[in-house]
Amino acid sequence: MTVEHAPARRPRPAVGGYLTMAFAVAVMILPLVWMALASFKGLDELYQLPIQWLPDSLAATNYVTATQTVPFGSFFVNSAIVTAVGAGLKMTLGLMTAYALVFVDIPFRRFFFYVVVCALLVPQQIVLIPNYALVAQLGWLNTYQGLILPGLASAFGTFLFRQHFLTLPRSILEAAQIDGAGHWRRLWGFVVPLSGPTIAAVGLVSIVTEWNDYLWPLLVIDRPEMMTLPVGLTLLMNFDGVPDWGVIMAGTVLVTVPVLAVFFLLQRRIVDGLVTGAVTG
Amino acid sequence: MATATTPPDASARRAGTHREPGSRPRSRRRNQLRNWLIFAVLAGPNIALLVVFTYRPLLQSFFLSTLQWNLGSPSAVPVGLANYADFFAAPGTPRLLAVTAIFTLATVGGGMVLGLLLAVLLNRKLRFRGAARTIVVAPYVLSGVAVGLLWLFVFDPNFGVLSALLGGLGIASPAWYTDPQWALVMVIIVYLWKNVGYVALIYLAGLQAVPRDLLEAASLDGASPVRSFVSVVLPLLGPTTFFLGITTLLTSLQSFDIIRAMTDGGPLEGTTTMMYAIYREGFANGRAGYSSAIATILFLVLFVITLAQLRFVERKVHYA
Repeated sequence: MTVEHAPARRPRPAVGGYLTMAFAVAVMILPLVWMALASFKGLDELYQLPIQWLPDSLAATNYVTATQTVPFGSFFVNSAIVTAVGAGLKMTLGLMTAYALVFVDIPFRRFFFYVVVCALLVPQQIVLIPNYALVAQLGWLNTYQGLILPGLASAFGTFLFRQHFLTLPRSILEAAQIDGAGHWRRLWGFVVPLSGPTIAAVGLVSIVTEWNDYLWPLLVIDRPEMMTLPVGLTLLMNFDGVPDWGVIMAGTVLVTVPVLAVFFLLQRRIVDGLVTGAVTG
Repeated sequence: MATATTPPDASARRAGTHREPGSRPRSRRRNQLRNWLIFAVLAGPNIALLVVFTYRPLLQSFFLSTLQWNLGSPSAVPVGLANYADFFAAPGTPRLLAVTAIFTLATVGGGMVLGLLLAVLLNRKLRFRGAARTIVVAPYVLSGVAVGLLWLFVFDPNFGVLSALLGGLGIASPAWYTDPQWALVMVIIVYLWKNVGYVALIYLAGLQAVPRDLLEAASLDGASPVRSFVSVVLPLLGPTTFFLGITTLLTSLQSFDIIRAMTDGGPLEGTTTMMYAIYREGFANGRAGYSSAIATILFLVLFVITLAQLRFVERKVHYA
């Protein structure tokens, strides 16, 4: 290892790099392509050796079957409601709590901050049975409130918003106060508009999480018309004899494509959200 | 301000209220009452939800773990620590712990190594690397159930794309569906596929923070790229590695969707992790007390790990 070797290394061709990158991308994409292709295949095309790569036609038969065997429309609506209401309220609660923790001057504020943050130490698996028992007791099985309320509290969001609020210039809020703006208006009229990127980042991650949530909805919902997409999707697996992968894949396409579309459209912001969560905690 | 004896009107003075002495205490108290009220309106609902749906069930879970109680049954028998004793004495427990350990080590260790390699690759000045980054992260945002189902067909030993690819190399497809060991390998691969992009993403953020001149200096000193990576870059990535290690450990120990969609814990319990056992005992078998005991054991493990993480975060927040 002498100094003379260093310049010779410079024009190293990046062929290896490109090959590895192509391989990595192929590994990520191939299963998704396989899913999309299979969603157009009939049983005879699926169960054929050697395997048939491309479907004979792009007829939407499997999609029709999938949406007719199980109420996909209701799954979609339920997922949309739970995601919109759940993520929306969670963000609102997080913003309000973070504001109170930073800008409302009361004694023991730190104690309440710890009440929020310590909730991060409690994993979902340990609260499952007691929460299920409570929700069942309240008669909330198969209801939206049963789906949404137990996971609604914002701990991580509050934590991230608080971190951000602490960096806001106090002078702006003092000016707002002098103008006679109360806490409510200071929060929604000044603090929130100043926190756009943080809110977008946290919000998108929380939307994706709600949309994909599976364990809790699986426990509290057993009526098909109340199921969300991930739970309803498994109904397609209740088959007799050989699984009709074409129909199942049509279902998975319907579940994954909206999320993929949103991800590719807003990937900068979503990536920011994932990284923000990591950088701050 | 930090004096031991705080004068009674210290907070009023701090707030800058210098009015006539007589009215001060009352207006201060009224002001404080107002602040409490505002605080309650803003933070109250969230804190109430946390108490009802996080702290209450946490405590109740400890209590339930000392009962012999079936979900939905009106009667429960206090049994002390018998559920814990049963768990450690159960014939399936060594296997359960082994499966959990293998799944966790493989997903966390494999994820970190693959994620770091991907990050290094995608940090190089290659064309299309932006697109490649997006594609690598994409599976992370997909539903675990959908991912599990689509991979189940990829793994189909006869008609799946994987068996066709392996067949092309002259390898017979392993019995992914029926062999417990291969089934565990299968769910580990799928878990890695879904989550490796996240690790790569966070490592990329870490790599981009490595100062260029440090690398140039190493290169001028004659260090090979591998050498400068090992002795310059890796140490700088230490905090990132620590953070990722803990976060991915926590998510891996709690993973559920993929196992549920692909194997339902089988075949022959080959993919039943502790998390999955909590679900199966509590909800499929209805043994809520026993399930709570397993949940409590897993909780204690997670608690120690999370505490370590929070200490670390605290440090980063204060000194970074």
